[in-house]
Amino acid sequence: MSQRTLRGRSAVIGIGETTYYKRGESPHAEFKLALEAVVKACEDAGIAPRDIDGFASFSNDRSDPSQLAAALGCRELRYANMQWGGGGGGGSAAIGNAAMAIACGSAECVVVFRALAQGQHWRFGLGPQANGVSGNAAHTVPYGLMSPAQMFAMKVMRFMHEHGVRQEALRAIALASYHHAQSNPRAVMYGRPLDEARYDASRWITEPFHLYDCCLENDGAAAMILVSAERAKDFKHEPCYVLAAVAGSQYRAGAGVHNTPDYASASFKTVAPRLYAMAGMGPSDVDVLQCYENFSGGVLMSIVEHGFCTPAECNDYFTLDNLTAPDGDLPLNTSGGNLAECYMHGLGLNIEAVRQVRGTSTAQVPRVEVSMVASGPMVTPVSSCIFGSEATI
Amino acid sequence: MSAPYLADGLPIPLATELDRPFWDGLRQERLLLQRCRACHRFQWGPEWICHRCQNFDLAYIEVPPEGRIYSYQRVWHPVHPALRTQGPYLIALIEIPHADNVRMVGNLLGDPRQAVAIGAEVEGVFEQHAEAEPPFALLQWQLV
Ligand SMILES: [Zn+2]
Repeated sequence: MSQRTLRGRSAVIGIGETTYYKRGESPHAEFKLALEAVVKACEDAGIAPRDIDGFASFSNDRSDPSQLAAALGCRELRYANMQWGGGGGGGSAAIGNAAMAIACGSAECVVVFRALAQGQHWRFGLGPQANGVSGNAAHTVPYGLMSPAQMFAMKVMRFMHEHGVRQEALRAIALASYHHAQSNPRAVMYGRPLDEARYDASRWITEPFHLYDCCLENDGAAAMILVSAERAKDFKHEPCYVLAAVAGSQYRAGAGVHNTPDYASASFKTVAPRLYAMAGMGPSDVDVLQCYENFSGGVLMSIVEHGFCTPAECNDYFTLDNLTAPDGDLPLNTSGGNLAECYMHGLGLNIEAVRQVRGTSTAQVPRVEVSMVASGPMVTPVSSCIFGSEATI
Repeated sequence: MSAPYLADGLPIPLATELDRPFWDGLRQERLLLQRCRACHRFQWGPEWICHRCQNFDLAYIEVPPEGRIYSYQRVWHPVHPALRTQGPYLIALIEIPHADNVRMVGNLLGDPRQAVAIGAEVEGVFEQHAEAEPPFALLQWQLV
């Protein structure tokens, strides 16, 4: 019996993205966006869409796998998987679920995808419009607490209070994303640079989040194709191996009405140790990080919980220089991420992580062998994954 | 009775089987929180089972409406039409020492632009919405 691990058992062989649109500006239906991203990922890999036999997604994606398989002419559907949990916490988990299906022999060729047209469906940034609310919402919404920013701001405020973290640390995260977006023509904020003065002058959404601490709202789709490591060398690109992918959250992370015991947390404290154990490495081995930004403060706590710095070091660690490619200690969100490239519920971050291993990022870090993603801070469950080059296998 | 802290028109709380004693208590200006009859520990938000000992026999016990600020946010961007002319407002997360430090969400009364100190002592203020259909009360907080 082999060791129970996903390390090196599967690899990403294709990536695909639609054009990224501002919310409401997609000329295409959400389902068509999903199809386009999958077809592009197939072209990138050099396979026919009919060879896909598995689908994995997250956050209640509306594009149904059976309908996708029918539209794509897939010869057979073997695996149709949805990661539980809202928000972007499922991005790396969906890759893990695909990798598990492949490692166990349940499927051969699985596409991980996310399609999102907020203009055509419910908008995330809006509060509930009903006349009454019940359950946990009844204990928050009547006090004006209803949007994602409002759900997470008090976690970050508490963390900053406990550890003396200054606003400048959050600002550095926003600046890094915008800095990287300026070399990425796909980015929605390409050609719209951000500097310290503009960040400081921007309006508050809810303290401690300025406008630029908050993710975008976009329409588009992204997809990536995984096969077994044995088959991975038969395609157009160098394989990008899955070294680890784990999901979860700590004790009672889902407790109602802001009563999770470890409140000032991104939810990665139990996830990160399992991630590194599976990959057989630690934070010092990571060459580049894509870290889901629903809000900058979540990035800060995610990076701490993945062991890159301690809470006490945040003010020194979170600087623009340290977070930018090619020379920073921890190049972060090198496509522009959810703040400045596109909010595709974070799957764009996983795609950028693959690009870094291939050496094709628009903000490339030299000689990337280990490329990591942290998905969905402050929700539950969250997930992380580590990709590696051939040299890591 | 003073005006409510937030403008009218937000979704109103609707009691369920699980939390009706809490909402009825607020109407009577009493704070009732959920406590396990087996291990005698408080929990919040309302749950169907004691998360410590998995006993289903839970009671609502009155506690003094006193607490301290655990965290807060000052909201500037309105996400609901009713709040468009509200201006900034303060949401506070309050720890209740008399109830095993469970936390409750409320508004911090007073100047919405005031400096807020995490750890500050606060007391509850019952905000009646008698004209609403159905009527309800909220629990707000002010500095001691
Ligand atoms: Zn109990």
